[in-house]
Amino acid sequence: MAKTPTPLSKEFLKGLWNENPILRMLLGLCPTLAVTNSAINGLSMGLATTFALLCSSILISLLRKIIPSQVRIAGYIVIIATFVTVADKFLAAYLPEISKALGPYVPLIVVNCIILGRQEAFSSKNGVGRSIIDALGMGSGFILVLLVLGSIRELFGSATIFNLQILGDWFNPWMIMILPPGAFLTLGLLIGLGNWLNERKVKI
Amino acid sequence: MNKTTKMVIVLTVITGLSGAILSSWDSVTKPKIEYHKLQALKVAISDVLPSYDYYEEKDIDGKTIYIGKLNDSTQPTGIAFKVDGSGFQGNLSIMVGVDPSFTSITGIKVLEQIETPGLGTKIVEDPSNKTDPFWFPEQFVGVIFSPQINVVKNSIPQNSNEIQAISGATISSKAVVRILNEDISIMKELYQSVN
Repeated sequence: MAKTPTPLSKEFLKGLWNENPILRMLLGLCPTLAVTNSAINGLSMGLATTFALLCSSILISLLRKIIPSQVRIAGYIVIIATFVTVADKFLAAYLPEISKALGPYVPLIVVNCIILGRQEAFSSKNGVGRSIIDALGMGSGFILVLLVLGSIRELFGSATIFNLQILGDWFNPWMIMILPPGAFLTLGLLIGLGNWLNERKVKI
Repeated sequence: MNKTTKMVIVLTVITGLSGAILSSWDSVTKPKIEYHKLQALKVAISDVLPSYDYYEEKDIDGKTIYIGKLNDSTQPTGIAFKVDGSGFQGNLSIMVGVDPSFTSITGIKVLEQIETPGLGTKIVEDPSNKTDPFWFPEQFVGVIFSPQINVVKNSIPQNSNEIQAISGATISSKAVVRILNEDISIMKELYQSVN
């Protein structure tokens, strides 16, 4: 590549804001909407996805010159599916409660567009170091949004955050927040807020 | 090496490695997952049966029943078994305990459900009821299921075979009762045919 390489810090930070997978690129919305009915579910989904993203990015950036481009998608999917299954089994074996709460959405990480998207757009063209930074940045951006979304929905839907009572007994939980419509409403408002901040050139 | 051969080799190696990783990881996690399943089963059985020292597993016609017994007696204290059926959205799996004479329920516990969060899930736990979040499953303790369990709406049950429905989740409430009505009588016949 002829152009000067982007600094590593920028490679990481772009995942948090400028290219945030959910707020800016609108990728991986299915798990985002489905599992964020509580903060802990959002966080665990974010961590599991980041694990799969990080491992796949490392392996695929290592193998980027070996995998023929005609079969790259098939190869990527096998690699991603392997790590997702590892994460799924890990949750079932060591954190059965969380595994039960996330249900089928853990195996579905395989088809999360963020992971395949990053492999296509980044890991297959960049070295291991950069791919790790990119995966961590994208993963953090994903975790952050899921955590915020889960916390907001849990706060208004169950009056708690991480099962800790935040709002007192006077608060009558809004059932809609932990139901699917709550996910759409909250995500829509968050994306709107993101766009609003972006227009005002608030950069981090 | 031509392109086709390379594609075949690379994909074969990747899938082979993937299989190796997964099978070795599976052998690490499998015992733990089995252990959690067994623990969950034990907790469910002890939740639905009156106090017992140990339980025996018995297969009748492919159905497993768990008979709670005391150390110093051969008489069972209660019988537990799993019942299944469709709820509002999907499968409902319930562990139910009955007394040895198959007349009344000693407890129920919902094992699996995908009811509407916040409404139908109250069949498991109702966080909006601060004093007793488990009021719905607890209603079934002592309920006499012959000739059948009935659901009442918006009033306190008067008879020993009545259950109050969850407001906003009548279908889920009725589903639980329907599954119990149907499956307990089947299990009763099965059990009595061998005893």
